[in-house]
Amino acid sequence: MALRQIAFYGKGGIGKSTTSQNTLAAMAEMGKKIMIVGCDPKADSTRLILHAKAQATIMELAAEVGSVEDLELDDVLKTGFLDIRCVEAGGPEPGVGCAGRGVITAINFLEEEGAYEEDLDFVSYDVLGDVVCGGFAMPIREGKAQEIYIVTSGEMMAMYAANNISKGILKYANSGGVRLGGLICNERQTDREDELITALATKINTQMIHFVPRNNIVQHAELRRMTCVEYDPNCSQSNEYRTLATKIINNKMLNIPTPVSMQELEDLLMEFGIIKEEDESIVGQKKVS
Amino acid sequence: MSGKNVHEHGVEVMEEILEGYNDGTAKDRKKKIEVVKAEDVKCGINANRKIRPGVMSMRGCAYAGAKGVVFGPIKDMIHISHGPVGCGQYSWSARRNFANGTPGINNFVTMQITSDFQEKDIVFGGDKMLTNLIKEADQLFPLNKGVSVLSECPIGLIGDDIEAVSRATSKEIGKPVVPCRCEGFRGVSQSLGHHIANDSLRDWIYEKEVKGVEIEDSPYNVALLADYNIGGDAWSSRKILEEMGLNVISQSTGDSTVSEIANLTKAKVVLLHCYRSMNYISRYVEEKFGIPWVEFNFFGPTQIVKSMRKIASHFDEKIQQQTEKIIAEKYQPQFDEIVSKFKPRLDGKNCMLFVGGLRPRHIIPAFRDLGVQVVITGYEFAHNDDYARTLEYVENTTFIVDDMNEYEMEKLLENFKPDLVGSGIKEKYSTQKQGIPFRQMHSWDYSGPYHGVDGFKVFARDMDMAVNGAIWKKITPPWK
Repeated sequence: MALRQIAFYGKGGIGKSTTSQNTLAAMAEMGKKIMIVGCDPKADSTRLILHAKAQATIMELAAEVGSVEDLELDDVLKTGFLDIRCVEAGGPEPGVGCAGRGVITAINFLEEEGAYEEDLDFVSYDVLGDVVCGGFAMPIREGKAQEIYIVTSGEMMAMYAANNISKGILKYANSGGVRLGGLICNERQTDREDELITALATKINTQMIHFVPRNNIVQHAELRRMTCVEYDPNCSQSNEYRTLATKIINNKMLNIPTPVSMQELEDLLMEFGIIKEEDESIVGQKKVS
Repeated sequence: MSGKNVHEHGVEVMEEILEGYNDGTAKDRKKKIEVVKAEDVKCGINANRKIRPGVMSMRGCAYAGAKGVVFGPIKDMIHISHGPVGCGQYSWSARRNFANGTPGINNFVTMQITSDFQEKDIVFGGDKMLTNLIKEADQLFPLNKGVSVLSECPIGLIGDDIEAVSRATSKEIGKPVVPCRCEGFRGVSQSLGHHIANDSLRDWIYEKEVKGVEIEDSPYNVALLADYNIGGDAWSSRKILEEMGLNVISQSTGDSTVSEIANLTKAKVVLLHCYRSMNYISRYVEEKFGIPWVEFNFFGPTQIVKSMRKIASHFDEKIQQQTEKIIAEKYQPQFDEIVSKFKPRLDGKNCMLFVGGLRPRHIIPAFRDLGVQVVITGYEFAHNDDYARTLEYVENTTFIVDDMNEYEMEKLLENFKPDLVGSGIKEKYSTQKQGIPFRQMHSWDYSGPYHGVDGFKVFARDMDMAVNGAIWKKITPPWK
């Protein structure tokens, strides 16, 4: 099987790292050879696989030895659960420097060092929050991730973010060939969440590839720095991740997204009763005493 | 050109130039070219605008304006080019700002000090490294009186807090540390860099009340502002002011010190030479400290004498009499001698002069004193008020261009065939290869000074040397 490069995007705090690590662990169970590239300065994309607090990152190590050219692949690549290979790009403390440049530098380093030439089935990028600048779009640019999975939920801001990210994908879809593989709904128990995300997916020309129900066992596993698949392989949640893993492995629906306007998105939310119609007559009117 | 109506010829050339452009560029460049007649009172050029894509402009960037022009010449300050190595390295000592003192001991003008950003500094930010650099530089060069931090592009992109570093390190080393946000991508030319640098001096020297050395108060205390001492210009200008009986307590920024910059506020009158690059400070000082400022021009006899009288008019009769006395007894004979020697060799020549944001208008009268007519001129980075100020000096039909590019320059040389061109280093060799004598008028072509009485002598000699150089007689230009 040829190497497939996938990436997980989504609003901050939506559960990208948890969802991706659990799904990838399930894929590894099925015998797939996997490498995770964490593209978040927090460097928490591999902790559940490595059982580590935070992996030493490419940028951190580069700063220590002087420059990224002085690093070896072995210094940065760690192997975790079911031989999943893990690497973290790393980056600055909040509020300083340029995290985006860190991602660019790290990915270039991995390419130059031949990290992708290994016998791999999947490379997965776990990218922070929104596509805020060129650096965080790096994984979806030419020759990098070809399939994007957006983790979202029925919450309004998560859907805004999903729509925004698909704008980023659209931008590079024609030049680099990146495609949207689907929306992963990570349940937040909002009203009609399943239907809403399915409707959003249809609007932006993709699918809701899986609905991951909320289950506290994920928390229990996380506290032990483990994926739920490893912590309790027999629980129903692990099976959910296995289903998602199978769907991704067999996914043929790779589309160019059609992001919608703010207005269309709000109309959709209104249709589902999430937001009420604005009363234009009260806008800008003072309180009458 | 002779025989033809000069103005009509100019307009024809302008139209020919514009025909070579696509519609968008032609529309834009039309607002940047004007053929003005001697009697015109308005120049409609719309200056200080963005360069059109695809043309080779002569302009620089904000960093060039702040570091190269305003800060660089302050000799007892360590000027840090903050960012990757290139900006500082390739602009190193390009402006020939002369300064007294011992390099590396109490004079740092000729040194290139940079934070040499690497990939990791971009990613993790450079504030810590800058802190270390400032402390280390202060230890290495203990006689420095301050530090300036001149931002290159990446600093603005990654949002480093150089102001916080400056505040903290200033406290630590007990000297002013002046941050300057002169990232090259800001503005349309180096002109914004001048403005930003002026604002940095305002906020971090004057507003912070940095103290200069004690100065005895006198009604004759003046400050010489915006003379960069290229090839010794400020020294030559200063001589005139002192011989007028004035007391130059502050000179900036050529051969200047932090103390002199601070002492600007103790002057009775601020004398402003380069209006374009430092009028901001003179306006601020006028507003805040009530000190009047006077624009003057020390290029060539006519303007030197005029400026001396203008300056003297701000002082008492003693100064005015002294001014008249040295003009009559000392300077006029010198001027007469220079003019009588060089005017016969230069009379009737035509010149194209294209540099900066001030010099062309200041130098036109100096050329005229030698019988040379400036027929094409303009500025790289002037603003609209500079073009208004230019007409004061125009006494013949003149082709004026803002932000001239290589295509326009080529066309102009082809059509006007001037006897001499004064412009920058990028224009020098292409002009000479066309068989036209050239002087580099940014750095005075490794010569100078050109300001003041001493400077006029050098200026006249250099122009004669260029125009009448034996080499040109050996060359047949393509049109002859």
